[in-house]
Amino acid sequence: MTDMTADENHILRAEKITMRFGGFTALNNVSVAFPEGQLTAIIGPNGAGKSTFFNVISGAFPPSEGRIVFRGREITGTPQHRFTRLGIAKSFQITNVFPQLTALENVRFAIQCMSQRFNIWTPRNRYRVMEEQAAHLLEMVELHQHHHRLAMNLAHGEQRALEIALALACDPSLLLLDEPTAGMSPEETIVMMDLIIRLAGERTVILVEHKMKLVMGISNHLIVLHHGELLAEGTPDEVRANDEVRRVYLGQGEH
Amino acid sequence: MTLANPQEELKGSGRRLAGVVALMARHRVLAVLGFLLVFPFLLPYEALAVNILIYGLFALGFNLVFGYMGVLSFGHAAFFGLGSYATGIVIVHYGMHWFPAILVGAVAAGLGAAVIGALAIRTRGIYFAMVTLALSQCVYYLVYQLEDLSGGENGLRGVDVYDLGLPGLELTLLDPLTKYYFVFVFVALAVWLFSRILASPFGAVLEALRENEDRARACGTNVALSKWLAFVISGLFCGLAGSLNAIHLTIVPIESLHYHTSGLAVMMSLLGGMGTFFGPFVGALTFLVLEDVITLVTVHWQLFVGALFVFFILFLPRGIWGSFLRWASR
Repeated sequence: MTDMTADENHILRAEKITMRFGGFTALNNVSVAFPEGQLTAIIGPNGAGKSTFFNVISGAFPPSEGRIVFRGREITGTPQHRFTRLGIAKSFQITNVFPQLTALENVRFAIQCMSQRFNIWTPRNRYRVMEEQAAHLLEMVELHQHHHRLAMNLAHGEQRALEIALALACDPSLLLLDEPTAGMSPEETIVMMDLIIRLAGERTVILVEHKMKLVMGISNHLIVLHHGELLAEGTPDEVRANDEVRRVYLGQGEH
Repeated sequence: MTLANPQEELKGSGRRLAGVVALMARHRVLAVLGFLLVFPFLLPYEALAVNILIYGLFALGFNLVFGYMGVLSFGHAAFFGLGSYATGIVIVHYGMHWFPAILVGAVAAGLGAAVIGALAIRTRGIYFAMVTLALSQCVYYLVYQLEDLSGGENGLRGVDVYDLGLPGLELTLLDPLTKYYFVFVFVALAVWLFSRILASPFGAVLEALRENEDRARACGTNVALSKWLAFVISGLFCGLAGSLNAIHLTIVPIESLHYHTSGLAVMMSLLGGMGTFFGPFVGALTFLVLEDVITLVTVHWQLFVGALFVFFILFLPRGIWGSFLRWASR
C-alpha cells in the first residue's frame, strides 16, 4: 500500500531529529518520512516523545539537531505563522479556540488570516466570500447549527471539531492533529474518527494518538516511538506483527 | 399563572432595552458623536467638557491595545506627551499653523510608539507593562533635559492658537464653545476612524490576539508585527489627544509625560469598561466630573477616586458601560 522508496511520494521528511531539554533527551536521532495523501499515525506509550515530535514537525519549536523538509524544501526554524501559507495546519492537544468569539467568527478569522492580515480599512462584513467559506467549513465538521454560539459554550467534542475547522481554513495539503480525541466520550470519539477518515480522503493527515487500537483501523501508515526513539514503522499489519511493539504495548497493558 | 404576565412584561422591556443597545452598537459612531454634540450644554462649564473630550480620546486610543487586544501598557503617557510637545514645539518655536502642527503631534507620537513598541512587544504581561513604563519615563527625562526646546520643568508655554484663520469664518478659541467644537471635529474624525479599524479584518486580529495568541499564531497571524501595528495606531490616537490638549491648555505641562498620565488612561478605561466602544468616554466623564465635584468639598479628592476605583475592580470589573451592556443583554 505504501511506497517508501521514491522520495517524491513523501510530503514531509524529518531527518535525524534530536530534541534536548536541558540534560533530558526527548527525541534521539529520529528519521521518518511521511507518505503523501495518506493517513499516518504516530503512536507510542506515555513519555515516548510523541508530543515533542509533533511540536517539532509542526514548527512550535525548532529541533536541537536535524532538519524538517516539506515538499523538498527545508522548513526547520520557519516561524509558526508561515506554516499555514505553506499549506500545513495543526490542531492542538488541548482544545484551542477563541472562546469569546462565535463559531462563525472563529472560522472566519482563520480564513481571513490567509489574505487580509493587515487590512485596517475595509469593513470585514464586506467579505461575503469569507463568511460563506466559514459556513461551509462549519458544515463540514457538522457545526452548521451553531454559527452564532460562542465557542466557550460549545460541548467539548464540538470545540474540538471547531478547532479542526480552524485548521482547515487554510485548505492545508498537510493536516497535523495532536490527539484529536483526547478527553472525548466514546460517542464523540466515533464522530471525530469519521471526520478524520473523511478529511484523509482529500489530504495528507498526520495524527498523534495514545490509543493504538483507535488508529489501527484507519491509518495507512504507523510510526511507533518509544523512549524518544523510532521503534518501528510500517503498515498497521506490519506494526502489529512487530515483537518489539508488542512487548512495549503489552508492558503498558494495552494491545 | 398570575406571575406569567409581569414576567412577560419584564422580558418585553428587557428586549426593548437590548434593542436600543443593539441599535447603538450598530451606529456606534453616530451614538457617540450625537451625545458629544450636545454634551457641553449638560455640564456647568465648557472647559470641563473639553477635558473630557480630550481624555476620552486618549482613553479610546489606549483601549485599542488594552481592551481590544488585551495588552496592558503603562507607558501611554509618552504618546500623549509626545503629541503635546511636538505640536507645542512646532507652534512656539517654528510658528507653524495649527493644522499641520496637530498632524505633526500625532505623527511624532506614532513614531514614539513605533520605537517603544518595537522594544517592548516581545515581552508579555507584567513585563510588557514594566518595559513600557520604563521607556516612557526615559522619554519624560529626555524632554525634561531638553530645556531650550521643551521649557523643562516649567513646561512649554505660549502655545497660543486663538484665531483659527479659517477663510470666511471668524472663529476664535477664546470662546469656550467654539473651542469645544474645534476639538470635537478632530475627536469625531478619530472616533470614526477608530470604529472603522475595529470593523476591519485587523480588528478581528486584535480580538483573536486577546482571546488566544497561540491559536492566532497557528492560524497564520504574525503576532509580533500585528501587536506592533496596533501599538503604533494606538500611539497615533493618543498623540492626537495630546496635540489637542496643548492647544486647549495653551501650555504643555511636563506632567503630560509623567506616568501619572499613563495611570489615568488605565483608570478611565477600567471605570468606563475596557474593550467597549463607549467605555473610554464614559470613564473619562466619570473620572473628571468626580474630580471636579469632589475638589469643591475636599482637596483629598484622589482618596475618593481611589476608593471608587477599588470598588469597581472588586465588584464591577467590566466597568460602567460594560456592566450596563451585560445588564441590558441579560
